[in-house]
Amino acid sequence: MIDKSLTLASTDFELLDAPHRFAQDRAALDARWKQLQREAHPDNFAAQSAAAQRLAMQWSVRINEAYQRLKDPLKRAAYLCELGGSPINAENNTAMPMHFLMQQMEWREQLDAATSGAEVAALSAEVQVNKREVLARCEDLLDRQHDLTQAVGQVRALMFIERFCDDIDTRLEHFETLPQ
Amino acid sequence: MALLQISEPGQSPNPHERRLAVGIDLGTTHSLVAAVRSGVAECLPDEQGRVLLPSVVRYLADGSRKIGHEGRSAMAQDPQNTIASVKRFMGRNRKDVIAIASLPYNFIDKPGMLALATAGGEKSPVEVSADILATLRYRAEDSLGDDLYGAVITVPAYFDDAQRQATKDAARLAGLNVLRLINEPTAAAIAYGLDNASEGVYAIYDLGGGTFDISILRLSKGVFEVIATGGDSSLGGDDYDRALAAKVLEQLELQADTPSDKASLVIAARACKEALTVAGSAELVTQVGGVDISLAVSRSLFEALTASLTTRTIVAARKALRDAKLTIEDIKGVVMVGGSTRMPQVQAAVGAFFRCEPLNNLNPDEVVALGAAIQANQLAGNNTAGELLLLDVIPLSLGIETMGGLVERIVPRNQTIPTAMAQDFTTYQDGQTALALHVVQGERDLVADCRSLARFELRGIPPMVAGAARIRVTFTVDADGLLNVSAREQVSGVEANIDVKPSYGLDDGQIAKMLQESFSTAQADMRARALAEARLEADRLLLAIGTALDADSDLLTDSERDSIQALIKGVHEVHALEDAAVVEAATKALADGTQSFAAIRMNRGIQQALAGKNIETV
Repeated sequence: MIDKSLTLASTDFELLDAPHRFAQDRAALDARWKQLQREAHPDNFAAQSAAAQRLAMQWSVRINEAYQRLKDPLKRAAYLCELGGSPINAENNTAMPMHFLMQQMEWREQLDAATSGAEVAALSAEVQVNKREVLARCEDLLDRQHDLTQAVGQVRALMFIERFCDDIDTRLEHFETLPQ
Repeated sequence: MALLQISEPGQSPNPHERRLAVGIDLGTTHSLVAAVRSGVAECLPDEQGRVLLPSVVRYLADGSRKIGHEGRSAMAQDPQNTIASVKRFMGRNRKDVIAIASLPYNFIDKPGMLALATAGGEKSPVEVSADILATLRYRAEDSLGDDLYGAVITVPAYFDDAQRQATKDAARLAGLNVLRLINEPTAAAIAYGLDNASEGVYAIYDLGGGTFDISILRLSKGVFEVIATGGDSSLGGDDYDRALAAKVLEQLELQADTPSDKASLVIAARACKEALTVAGSAELVTQVGGVDISLAVSRSLFEALTASLTTRTIVAARKALRDAKLTIEDIKGVVMVGGSTRMPQVQAAVGAFFRCEPLNNLNPDEVVALGAAIQANQLAGNNTAGELLLLDVIPLSLGIETMGGLVERIVPRNQTIPTAMAQDFTTYQDGQTALALHVVQGERDLVADCRSLARFELRGIPPMVAGAARIRVTFTVDADGLLNVSAREQVSGVEANIDVKPSYGLDDGQIAKMLQESFSTAQADMRARALAEARLEADRLLLAIGTALDADSDLLTDSERDSIQALIKGVHEVHALEDAAVVEAATKALADGTQSFAAIRMNRGIQQALAGKNIETV
């Protein structure tokens, strides 16, 4: 049972009643999110005063923010680093290990050279496997080693990988919209 | 106040004070209105028993209007003054409207939104839509026997901010209190979800007259969670008609030069398309340039002509699935919405893509209005034991322009709303004291390819070296999907913000003026209405606060309770006066004075929810 007072400034974990760690039960997050929105969603207050509606909006926004952050592994990892005092600072720190950059370049060359949707799909599968490995390392560093400095490095790598995944999707769309 | 009021299941707290709320589907080709009566949603027919109101308004030189069926029957004879499919022009300017040259109207360029020159004067798409909405409002008030408390109006999920705002303006102009704008596919899912108690992930395929929407929804225990939405706001059944019409002209080596030829040809093509839904071939009969045309069209020819249109819908469906990070196997069923889904080739293509039989047991023309009516009933507070919660998403990404004409996305599409997201920016030059912000909507990387929503400036930044200022830009999107943007320099605290209204910018004054012009309501009527509304608002607040005090007065100190009681007394004292402003002022004082009480109650509610107790059981 929760006895401490929840406010808009409570952490995402407190708000969603989730353990303060990387590994999460997605089904439990989903259920808690919906339960909270049932209380706070502005629709519950559509027939009420402007003050009540504004307040409901603030809560609803905050609950959505917490849920969006906790359900996304990359955002969740970054948030844990930040709460632990090791912010990601992605814009100021783009130095990455050489082997990682080499692999990124190789992937990008493959994507540019692809001539069919099937080739892009194959590359996508390979990237997904790699992404799962990095996520597993993140979990180990955050939940077991408690090594935030190392974890920050993995989060940055994940940011590169996610951006590349977006590019893969754009390219897939390109092949799909070509006239048959 | 801050918590849901609970009464016995199936009973309204004050049965005689049940608020009349309707759902309106403001469609490209047809519009309709529905309401929940005796617990069942049903569409309200006109005096002749017709449910569908053609979305057509004819403006005559004497200032009169012919709306609906009467308007539509004059389409071929008076095409310039008979406005159909006006939904395509909502919040749009000339260059946005696809195939504008083939339309018979006299368009006028206006900043933000085009207008139409008619015999009855210049009409904006907002006014034309308001005429349609007002017709439905009168129909509902006649059928239900009282004034409406409010309405839920549906819009295509793909509608951008300008189109949503234009729809809301049209509703206000028609004298409707908008409880919510909801997305059409979501409304369809509500209609299906409640009737069939469906659980799982569903696709909603909505091919209407003028727009195509695809949405992926997760339904579970009364929660409708939109996971992704996509589509094309300029693709619909009308395009199928036009493709057929173009082919006929090409085949007969004819040209439709006059607006009336264009209109009658498209009407004939539509009739032919509808006949092909049940028959293998059909005759297209019309007159072009005084020449009688009669041409046999086979279903296979029609399907070949329009295959690229059907394919466009499937491509959009695939994209929405990818956005939802789902595969075909995850989809439990596909709901078909919109009259155009009656076409056999559409049913076949959707069935083949999703590998399941599409759901079409509700009337595809009515399903959206029915869902909107259910949501309206809930929002009006009639269904207090309501199990329905709608968690919608924003359909298009929102961002701002940065150096070099590039878009920096701040709110990505498919984010659950309401939402607020912020990003920090900085200055470009030493000593820069102002920053121009350009808000855009769309998925492309270049500003030129996105839709411009608003521009505003943050001034008074203290001079600093380039890159030292920290300007936090916050985007807040409310439950209707409408945007507010604010900017704040973190060091100095300088602030600026803007409610994003489309650049055609109908302000409240203009709306009031248009209201007067279009309904020529007498001053006394306006005053009576304002007074009735003020009293209604006062009653509503008194009832809510009474309930809140009964439930949670233990949260207040004695002096807080006394001051609230004094404010309540103040409202009672002025309630019978004939002055709306005085009633409003007392109501506002009560609302303001109970704000912190509302906040504490909200916290209690949230904590009880977190502690695993359902508020209904407390």
